Amino acid sequence: MNYKMIRYTLGWLLLFEAAFLTVPLATAITYSVMGTVNPSEYDTEWWSMYSLLISMGICIGMGILMTVRKPKNRSLYSRDGLVIVALGWIFLSVFGAIPFVISGAIPNYIDALFETASGFSTTGSSIIPAVEELPKSMLMWRSFTHWVGGMGVLVFIMAFLPLGGAQNLHIMRAESPGPTVSKLVPKMRTTALILYLIYFILTVAMFIILLFDPGTDAQNGKMTVFEALNTAFATAGTGGFGIINDSLGGFSSFAQIVVTVFMLIFSINFSSYYLLYKRRLKDAFNLEIRIFLLIVIIAIAAITLNIYFADFSESMDEMVITNSAGEISSDIGADGRYSFLNALKHAAFNVATIISTSGFGTENFAAWPELSQVIIVLLMFIGACAGSTGGGLKVSRVLILVKGIGRELKAAIHPRQVKKITIDKRPVENEIVRSVNAYMICYIVVFILLLLLVSIDPYVTDLTTAFTSVAATINNIGPGLGAIGPASNFAGFSYFSKIVLTFSMIAGRLELLPMLLLFAPSTWRKN
Amino acid sequence: MNIIIVGCSKVGETLASQLGKENNNVTMIDLSSEKINDITTRYDVMGIVGNGATHTTLVEAGIDSADLLIAVTDSDELNLLCCMIAKKTGKCRVIARVTSPEYNADIPYLKDELGLEMIINPEFAAAEEIARVLRFPSAMKIETFGKGRVELLTFKLPDSSNLVGMKVKEVVTKLKSDILICTVDRDGEAYIPNGDFTFCGKDVISIIASPRKASTFFKKINFAVHAVKDVIIAGGDELTHYLCDLLKSSGISIKIIEKDAECCDELCSKFTDATVINGDYADQELLEEEGLKNTDAFLALTKHDEQNIIISLFAKGFDKTKIVTKINRNEYEAIIKHLDLDTAIYPKNITADIIVRYVRAMRNAIGSNVETMYSIIPDKVEASEFSVREGSPITEAPLAGLRFKSDVLVAAILRGRTVIIPRGHDVIKAGDSVIIVSKHRVLRDISDILETRRDA
Repeated sequence: MNYKMIRYTLGWLLLFEAAFLTVPLATAITYSVMGTVNPSEYDTEWWSMYSLLISMGICIGMGILMTVRKPKNRSLYSRDGLVIVALGWIFLSVFGAIPFVISGAIPNYIDALFETASGFSTTGSSIIPAVEELPKSMLMWRSFTHWVGGMGVLVFIMAFLPLGGAQNLHIMRAESPGPTVSKLVPKMRTTALILYLIYFILTVAMFIILLFDPGTDAQNGKMTVFEALNTAFATAGTGGFGIINDSLGGFSSFAQIVVTVFMLIFSINFSSYYLLYKRRLKDAFNLEIRIFLLIVIIAIAAITLNIYFADFSESMDEMVITNSAGEISSDIGADGRYSFLNALKHAAFNVATIISTSGFGTENFAAWPELSQVIIVLLMFIGACAGSTGGGLKVSRVLILVKGIGRELKAAIHPRQVKKITIDKRPVENEIVRSVNAYMICYIVVFILLLLLVSIDPYVTDLTTAFTSVAATINNIGPGLGAIGPASNFAGFSYFSKIVLTFSMIAGRLELLPMLLLFAPSTWRKN
Repeated sequence: MNIIIVGCSKVGETLASQLGKENNNVTMIDLSSEKINDITTRYDVMGIVGNGATHTTLVEAGIDSADLLIAVTDSDELNLLCCMIAKKTGKCRVIARVTSPEYNADIPYLKDELGLEMIINPEFAAAEEIARVLRFPSAMKIETFGKGRVELLTFKLPDSSNLVGMKVKEVVTKLKSDILICTVDRDGEAYIPNGDFTFCGKDVISIIASPRKASTFFKKINFAVHAVKDVIIAGGDELTHYLCDLLKSSGISIKIIEKDAECCDELCSKFTDATVINGDYADQELLEEEGLKNTDAFLALTKHDEQNIIISLFAKGFDKTKIVTKINRNEYEAIIKHLDLDTAIYPKNITADIIVRYVRAMRNAIGSNVETMYSIIPDKVEASEFSVREGSPITEAPLAGLRFKSDVLVAAILRGRTVIIPRGHDVIKAGDSVIIVSKHRVLRDISDILETRRDA
């Protein structure tokens, strides 16, 4: 273990976190010094500006202390890369929670840690009952953590900081989602830059489109610049923090459709966009993406029909998401039914929000018919494509697992048949198949352990809540079903459960291995 | 520059590491996914699994935007095919490694007709290096600059030399030798010595000098330079064939010991002047009978590294003999350093060096004006040749008046046909070629050696 290099990299990570904090700081300055908000918010913005400055000071101080001595030996091995990533994400969350506590937005540190980890891991599970009451700058910091976490913080650092040569691949492998990681271009740094450029362009595009929001009607205005920026950040990272309690339910259909489309765009492998740009259409629309789109279409069709024919007249009260202003939002008509277009819109939105692992909400799907709920839970596990900002198992892994089952079945019929799993007519190496299988088992074991730990909590009264709380955090989705459906939040859990779920979120984002390694004694042993 | 390397052999790996470090975009192609996985985790390069001689794989590797393709697989035919397909598909330059002597004669034809920029034969390159060392047996290694006008010689200082205990500045004052001490490698530590540096026995010293002055220098320090008159070569493989060709006209008498009778037949029909002996080169009696004790040079050039090392160590017992050992596996390099062998020749390293030199020259056209570059002590000290342009800040004052960065040395100035070993009063002029020795530095332009002035 190259402890010095780990310390040095983590030091840089804190310096970068201080840089990230300038985004909410700019928001605070805009709303306080420029005085563009109503007087009641004026003071809180001033105070959150100070809290952000203090947090930045802490990050910079620690960062400088850790980076002042440059390590001579800069070589990193696979193990170091994994440890850097795991510790890095813990550091990010631990320090990123400070402004919430100092500003008083989230007074309890454990709550703040949960919220920050939820942000960086792009989960979107929240413990805040009334989001609107938070200072604008704190809302911005929440959304921005999604954006930073979506693509990976250490990849970002690598794009801008020459930390070392080839060994950076270990860091990228540990941080990027999916069973395999390949470079787009020979140079690691250029690859990281290209990925961030794509990410940046797509985010800006979404932000601009959202500004054209026509609004719902005369009173309910369109998206403000602040709202559009936050929504763009949270969608790009497939995070799902809302800036008002009813998430996107209160916004116009236009905004909801734009977010639906972009959630799907951000859950497709980013290298496809690069290949598209290079006009390699065949490579861009690979099997994973075709299957992903197929799953999306089938799920939308099934849920649309299911909720279109369902009668909600008896469960109208459960359906609505009430925001703190007491306004209710639901598109169900007076007869307790969706119109076909509304059914389609909400089915599409919720399928996108779950499969992309964003976790925005429009309608309370926890009150939908069982079939729709089960489909939604299935989508939670499948997740997005590898190499995107989404979480879950990843379509490519599911694909390999399903094809693996097919191979076993064939082997039962023709025991001597030699068969390799192929994707896009290319054989998948046994090594990868093995690692995907191992990942699946690891995933199930971790899932069960977390489920046991969460069940200790007296707040958890039903299996649905326990099960989906772990599923929603480990897959980085956000809302679950039962007591943590889109209409409610995670505030009621005990502190112990919150810490368990915080671990679940970060472990899920980093795809288990880096976080599990922290618990292996041999990781810390000297060679 | 975008470079595609076909074949993850040892040469390919050395190239990937070196060229990747020099900020080129390197893509490796190999059939074995294991090798590709290994190489992409260790170096910052992209890997593609596939046959480099297929159009599809080359397109996938980005042949359209590649500047250079280097084919260094173990198969000559595959390398040539790769290059031909690359030539047809892209606009890149191509380099092929071709080992077989049959193709060696065809190199000019292949270059002209197939448009290959460079064909490199590791065995032939090794033979050339051996021939150079034989001309100057005191040196372990000889590199040439400025089309052969300047030589960079590396030698190990024997304890008996009168240079031991002398200071660097006394080389000029006492010995009156017009040579320049570039680097000293002492116990694995590299030094660029200043005037007060004192020499010790067993130092590995590299000097820059013109060939004639170098030989007078060696006489003055009691490090006898007697030209090699006869050699014994153990092993009659390709390398021996090439070497005999090169030595044909030099007047050196050659004795070849080879186990295989057929090989012996071939050798003696091809080289009528050489004495070919059919016998076991590991047989001590045979070696002594054939005059190992009195020969000037003994070359261990068999196929097996271990055998080469062992018979070289045996021959080492006769201290007048110059010993050259061929080593195929670069992995042995670190171990061999401890064995105190005389000159070890690594055909694979030589190949990689030559290709890297070519790539640097190619880059030269793009910006940096390095003409050639040699590593004197691998990964530590390099010597580079620069051409000086009009208006370069280095031409402004005599060398004594310029402020150089630390660990940088102006080793030689080539002006027209003359070679100047620079002293403080010399001035560099535009149009000169200058050889710079530097430690731990990437130099892109001659002005990089100057301390940046604060008032500028």
